[in-house]
Amino acid sequence: MLRRLPYLLPAVAFAALLGYFLAALLKSETHDPSELPSVMLDQPAPDFALEGLGDKPGFARSDLAGKVVLVNFFASWCVPCRAEHPLLARLAETAGVPLYGIDYKDKPADAERFLSQYGSPFRTVGVDPKGRLGIDFGVTGVPETFLIDKSGKIRFHRALPLTPEAIDKEILPLVQALQKS
Amino acid sequence: MRALLALLLMVWMTAAALAVEPGERLDDPALEARARAISAGLRCLVCQNQSLDDSNAELAHDLRVLIRERLRDGDSDEQVRQFLVSRYGAFILLKPPVERDTYLLWFGPFALLLLGAAGVVAYLRRRGRAASMEPPPLTPEERRKLAKLLSEGR
Repeated sequence: MLRRLPYLLPAVAFAALLGYFLAALLKSETHDPSELPSVMLDQPAPDFALEGLGDKPGFARSDLAGKVVLVNFFASWCVPCRAEHPLLARLAETAGVPLYGIDYKDKPADAERFLSQYGSPFRTVGVDPKGRLGIDFGVTGVPETFLIDKSGKIRFHRALPLTPEAIDKEILPLVQALQKS
Repeated sequence: MRALLALLLMVWMTAAALAVEPGERLDDPALEARARAISAGLRCLVCQNQSLDDSNAELAHDLRVLIRERLRDGDSDEQVRQFLVSRYGAFILLKPPVERDTYLLWFGPFALLLLGAAGVVAYLRRRGRAASMEPPPLTPEERRKLAKLLSEGR
């Protein structure tokens, strides 16, 4: 019997593979495999100086220095951004840190209409008309949200629309921890 | 037959149409060729299974333009690739680099092959040994039976 055991090995290996696939399938309900780990985490945020919307002032990286801040990339043409908008307003109210908006590849007039229609949750909005700053931040689409600590390092990056769970379980606790440090 | 040939020809000709737009191209053919070579080896982050060269996603367009700008400003091919890897991770490279995280990917198949070869060698050896072994001598009982059978045959 013991001599026959090696012949069972392929079947055992196959069963292990099946188990692995099954686990991955079951996990896919909560985990999107096309979602990528951000390499920008724990890296310093890229340097920038953005113009504002219309005649309002924009902001630069130096304006964020020494503060914990949230940065959200959005666009008026982006449907998920509209869906995310009420959550951004809630986040701006509850987080206790400033929320900056970056208007990604958008027409300023459209963005102004969008913000006046739905209300602006942002302290300041900068424009990134060609999406260059987006590339510097490793953005693959809108909306994306970053949390930057006092030293200017990116501590959180979400490449998907915000959800109440992401805000309550990830962002808010991290904001509190970062503000104490 | 002729219609089929024409159809094949049509399909074959369309395959040459890539997503690189005329407005993106650089005037210098050498630089443009380098840009094409780089973008063919990079993944479009939006479609994820197309190269930057093939994809017509907005981000792919932006990245193609960025690659050309960097080349024009004197970046080497490697510098351009490094910049994009630092922003989007090694995932952007269609050919994964050989590093600790990818050892299993690169060497796993060869390890499996070796394992299989070792199994085959072990099996053949054992079979060879079994074949070359002298069979055990007949017992007195068997000898009697054999003698009986042989005598019956005559």
